[in-house]
Amino acid sequence: MDTETIIAVASIVTAGLTISIGSIAPALGEGRALSQALTAIAQQPDEASTITRTLFVGLAMVESTAIYCFVVSMILLFANPYVN
Amino acid sequence: MTGIEISSDAPLWQWGPVILNRTILFTWLVMVVLTGLSWLVTRRLTTGTQIPRGQNVMEVLVTGLRDQIREVGDQEPQRYLPFVGTLFLFLAFSNLLSVVPGFSPPTGSLSTTAALATCAFVAVPMFGIARRGPLSYLKQYLQPSVFMLPFNIVGELSRTLALAVRLYGNMMSGTVIAAILLSFVPLLVPVLMQAFGLLTGMIQAYIFSVLTMVYIASATQVQQRQQEREQPSSAEPSVNTVQKSAFRAASKET
Repeated sequence: MDTETIIAVASIVTAGLTISIGSIAPALGEGRALSQALTAIAQQPDEASTITRTLFVGLAMVESTAIYCFVVSMILLFANPYVN
Repeated sequence: MTGIEISSDAPLWQWGPVILNRTILFTWLVMVVLTGLSWLVTRRLTTGTQIPRGQNVMEVLVTGLRDQIREVGDQEPQRYLPFVGTLFLFLAFSNLLSVVPGFSPPTGSLSTTAALATCAFVAVPMFGIARRGPLSYLKQYLQPSVFMLPFNIVGELSRTLALAVRLYGNMMSGTVIAAILLSFVPLLVPVLMQAFGLLTGMIQAYIFSVLTMVYIASATQVQQRQQEREQPSSAEPSVNTVQKSAFRAASKET
């Protein structure tokens, strides 16, 4: 195998690993946050708007780790700096 | 490589050193549309009971933005409305217009989101200094102890990066997923993803502006919280205040 092929293989495998491992933790975290928010809304329906807003912003923050992984894997697949 | 491009920064038209790409073109388009619509509506404002439809929409938008800023920032919104409101309107419009065929949202390019995040990065200290004075603001970086200075500075930088990459990643992923789906289920499924992309775009616009407001609020409000801590009031703080301050503390860490 020449260098190009090795780089391509490594990039594709790493991209898959990045997105799969990188989405596990945010998924668990988002599920936890959502269930907690639902419990909170069930207990205090009057505060639903505050809880929902906080939940959205929090979810976006949790999700940003997954988005970083996605961006890295997209760069590896479609804009790889080591492939010319 | 395969027709999927993760950036809309490829030059569209070039004349000497002047390069026009789709990001610049559509950014200006969105700005023209927003300015034009506002100009058309605000040309004839009335205070009567019968208000035109356009003015009604504008009033709903502005009061909604003011209410949100007041709730998130816990302060009078007038000072922050121009900055945060502009961010929200621009992001919401450019994300919503992505359903128009041929329009590639300017937020799907890292250049745009990095520029907007830089605006937030500059605006937060400016609001903080304007509100609290330079010394009091800079002292905040030494807050728990002097050793936290590097962490505070890194935190400031990394949240700017996070703002930019979050928006870019979300918008870019919508485009890329639509393109990938088009190649094997070209019927109906991409439409669903587009509809989902509308929701994501709206939420991301909201989150970008709310986060900016939260950062501004945390830069302008620390002193007030210190005063509260120094003179503990006999009455219990309301649930709302506790939630907000906890949320603000959590958001500062990111």
